[in-house]
Amino acid sequence: MSQPVIKAESLWKEYAVGALQSQHHTFYEKLTYALKSPFSRIRNLQTHNNITEKFWALQDVNFEVQPGEVVGILGRNGAGKSTLLKILSRITAPTRGRIVVRGRLTSLLEVGTGFHPELSGRENIFLNATILGMTKREIERKFDEIVAFSGVEKFIDTPVKRYSSGMYVRLAFSVAAHVDADILLVDEVLAVGDAEFQKRCLGVMGDVARGGRTVLFVSHNLTALRNLCHSGLLLENGRPTAMGDINGVLNSYSASRASGNDMIAELNNINYDDPASILRVQIEPQTKNDTNQLSVNTPFLIRCTIEVRIPEADIGVFLHCHDENQARLFSSGSFFNPQLNGIKLGVGRHEFECEIPGNLLNEGEYTLDVLLVRDRHIRLAQELSLLSFRIHDEPMDIEGWNWPIIGVIRPKLNWSHSVSEECIKDNMATISSSGIK
Amino acid sequence: MNSEVEEKFFGHNQETIIQPTRGWRFLNWRELWAYRELLWVLTARDVKVRYKQTVLGAGWAILRPFITMLIFSVVFGKLANMPSDGFPYPVFVYAALLPWTFFTAAISTSGGSLIGSSQLVSKVYFPRLIIPLSSVGAGLIDLLISTVILLCMMLYYDVGWTTSLFAAPLLLLFVIFAALGVGTLLSALTVKYRDFTHITPFLVQIWLYVTPVIFPVTLVPEQWQWVLYLNPMTGLVEGFRSAFLGKPFDILGLGISFSIALAIFFIGVAYFEKVERRFADII
Repeated sequence: MSQPVIKAESLWKEYAVGALQSQHHTFYEKLTYALKSPFSRIRNLQTHNNITEKFWALQDVNFEVQPGEVVGILGRNGAGKSTLLKILSRITAPTRGRIVVRGRLTSLLEVGTGFHPELSGRENIFLNATILGMTKREIERKFDEIVAFSGVEKFIDTPVKRYSSGMYVRLAFSVAAHVDADILLVDEVLAVGDAEFQKRCLGVMGDVARGGRTVLFVSHNLTALRNLCHSGLLLENGRPTAMGDINGVLNSYSASRASGNDMIAELNNINYDDPASILRVQIEPQTKNDTNQLSVNTPFLIRCTIEVRIPEADIGVFLHCHDENQARLFSSGSFFNPQLNGIKLGVGRHEFECEIPGNLLNEGEYTLDVLLVRDRHIRLAQELSLLSFRIHDEPMDIEGWNWPIIGVIRPKLNWSHSVSEECIKDNMATISSSGIK
Repeated sequence: MNSEVEEKFFGHNQETIIQPTRGWRFLNWRELWAYRELLWVLTARDVKVRYKQTVLGAGWAILRPFITMLIFSVVFGKLANMPSDGFPYPVFVYAALLPWTFFTAAISTSGGSLIGSSQLVSKVYFPRLIIPLSSVGAGLIDLLISTVILLCMMLYYDVGWTTSLFAAPLLLLFVIFAALGVGTLLSALTVKYRDFTHITPFLVQIWLYVTPVIFPVTLVPEQWQWVLYLNPMTGLVEGFRSAFLGKPFDILGLGISFSIALAIFFIGVAYFEKVERRFADII
């Protein structure tokens, strides 16, 4: 057997969570605190270690990747997937353990790293490709290919700030797709662009995978993972809980999600410098009985608790709901309600509730992305697959019907019946005409 | 050697070991050399972007020190009658403004450079030192452009043009060392303590008053002049005047300033390297 290209041995990564910071959320609080005890900040710096809370993002992760293997990394938000990619791409160092990487590794944690809006497409290709570790000679050789793939030939000397977002993403992805690396780390790159472009990106990923290169792929798109990857690595709370054949790992992932404790998500890696963040999202069934289960006819609330740190901000919550195949079922924003459109939020905590009526979704598993949007178009925060929930079947009490109801949605539709007048007339006509004969 | 270094860092047979790093270590020159293309590309980006969508474009590189020189000549040369070692005040002050403007621009831009590139730092690996380096490098173009003005002024006032001019590149090298040292130190400190975004402009302002830009060193009593030379910019600014205006060099002063510039460079880079690996976690 050949040597593994990646060998990770008992990898640990610790992050400090600023517990002290969280006590003073608002500017006003910070100001009064600073005025009351002006030197406490400096004192706190010295006793830094006693106050901050430690948090293990990765705990004892061991794995090997063979040359040419395509590995999918799965896990819920905060399970340590991104931390693992960051360590592999040497952006941050592990706290303990070691990894040996053989060959040239390129990380695509986002597309268009280093793109500068003022520079032309041509200049940005050179900039971005150099950042991704290509030499000038390589870029020159592949330049025409990159431009052709992106389909922006006509605008190659236009500053990218004049590009549409689609063109921008296509150019950026096109550079990434032409990187000559032995090992590629890909993180949710495919979460951008329109459906057609995503399909093309998946196609390229497939080519890359079949071309014998090693790929580590983090995604929430289970279909893509199943189609592209040979093996999988499932992380839960920083620990690897399943490894091996992709189908097995996907099954344990689904099993772990179906346990139902995903109905509440509390976010703990909050950046207090952000203008606003999502603190907690919860799904609350609106039923009279105590079961915490959602069935096809129970209406439920999605309750989002957010914290706003800037005054007078027009901030709304946006939801995306996906089914098991990552098909988008609906999107909705709080500002779709005319009464909530344009309201100014004060500094502090706010709750948004979205009511999902009963008899809308069919039985199955769903995931929810939660976004914070400012002024209806600026994305402040994005939590992909933050929540997942299962809707249980509620068998219908119809004698003689024992089959599942197939369909993406399961609305309760009104049926009625009446006897058609036309039908009576026609019958009469037939009778009378036959009577003449 | 080039291809060997490139193979080590970009080749297909390289072996990278990722593990925790602790304590002090100094710069990995070979790695930095392997990434020189990135340094060049980022420097070119800074230069290109700086004068995009401005009417005067690179004209600003000439105008800024020139206007400063005019103001200083009127305020300090004419109104305050500042002595200038016997040279016309405009050319006297401009020769000093040349390294000074480069130095202050370099430390201010590189100070904020890491925060400005947080997107890069948190998404890809490369020697982080390249970011403040490219900020300093981008200022060199401005320096070269404004040097042409000085040469014209020397013709106009008929001063200088001596063999001392050959010392200019060496002096420039040490100005770069000093700027890199202070710049990397500030950029690393700014990542952890954002206070430095407020401190840096202040620092630049105070530094101007302890550097003989608007006044000559001879204004200070002779037995105290060495104190002034503890500031590396003193020796370098005076050195620039000597090189361009043909004033005799103060070898002792230059020696002190050179050594301190080098020391600052090593301290800055060493501190930067020590905290570098934590940038992505705290930026």
